[in-house]
Amino acid sequence: MNFLRTASSLALRPSGHILTRRTALPATAFAVRYLSDSTKKTIEDAITRNKLVVFMKGTPDAPQCGFSRAVMQILTVQGVDMQNSLKSFNILADEELRSGIKEYSSWPTIPQVYVNGEFVGGCDIMLSMHQSGELEKLLLKEGLVEPEAEENPRA
Amino acid sequence: MVSQQEDGPVTSSIRSTLTDLLNPEKLEIINDSSKHAHHSAMRGVFSKETHFRVNVVSEAFAGKSTMQRHRMIYGALSKDFDAGLHALSLNTKTPAEIAKANEA
Repeated sequence: MNFLRTASSLALRPSGHILTRRTALPATAFAVRYLSDSTKKTIEDAITRNKLVVFMKGTPDAPQCGFSRAVMQILTVQGVDMQNSLKSFNILADEELRSGIKEYSSWPTIPQVYVNGEFVGGCDIMLSMHQSGELEKLLLKEGLVEPEAEENPRA
Repeated sequence: MVSQQEDGPVTSSIRSTLTDLLNPEKLEIINDSSKHAHHSAMRGVFSKETHFRVNVVSEAFAGKSTMQRHRMIYGALSKDFDAGLHALSLNTKTPAEIAKANEA
């Protein structure tokens, strides 16, 4: 067990995968297992053409998992225009995308949120960014929400 | 509530991996699987160990963003994900952050 753990954590070290995209990645099982060129292109097109992309279980109106639902609720509370500003993918309807996005992001769970082409995180990170105010800052910066009107302009 | 009597194989694997990786000051692993047993992705899955909450306090997180902390853990647990682990809800803090939160 022990040697297995060491071997896999070295071979699958995920941080290097996305941050330092090496041109000649060794064909490890992890790197070639799921992500086809067409799926990769689908993902890259989606995250470059849309400011806000969520890969989720179900749809924004009918999430199929509590974590995906939580992310939709957070974005709604933040004031994102869920009809026009959000591009979502239901990974339950596309097995290749489901495994592909996990590998693309080096992140093993769904939902996954991309803002302006960058992976922001899953449910836990969205929730903590929501609570800390970081999410609002990010959404404002990317123009995904409108600045709130001054509450007491004359005060 | 899920009882916390004996660790199943996945729980003990998570526990030993994270203990080796992080030398944590505190490590709490809560099995939430029963709450998710009925959702569609779990159809045909009979494992009782698929969804966990993990609260971990470790000095190893110092100077790292939440994303980096989560990636450390996900990377170390990749074999568990391959073997059927489905969801982890992570709360990752350093001892200093806990102390600060307690002060406030």
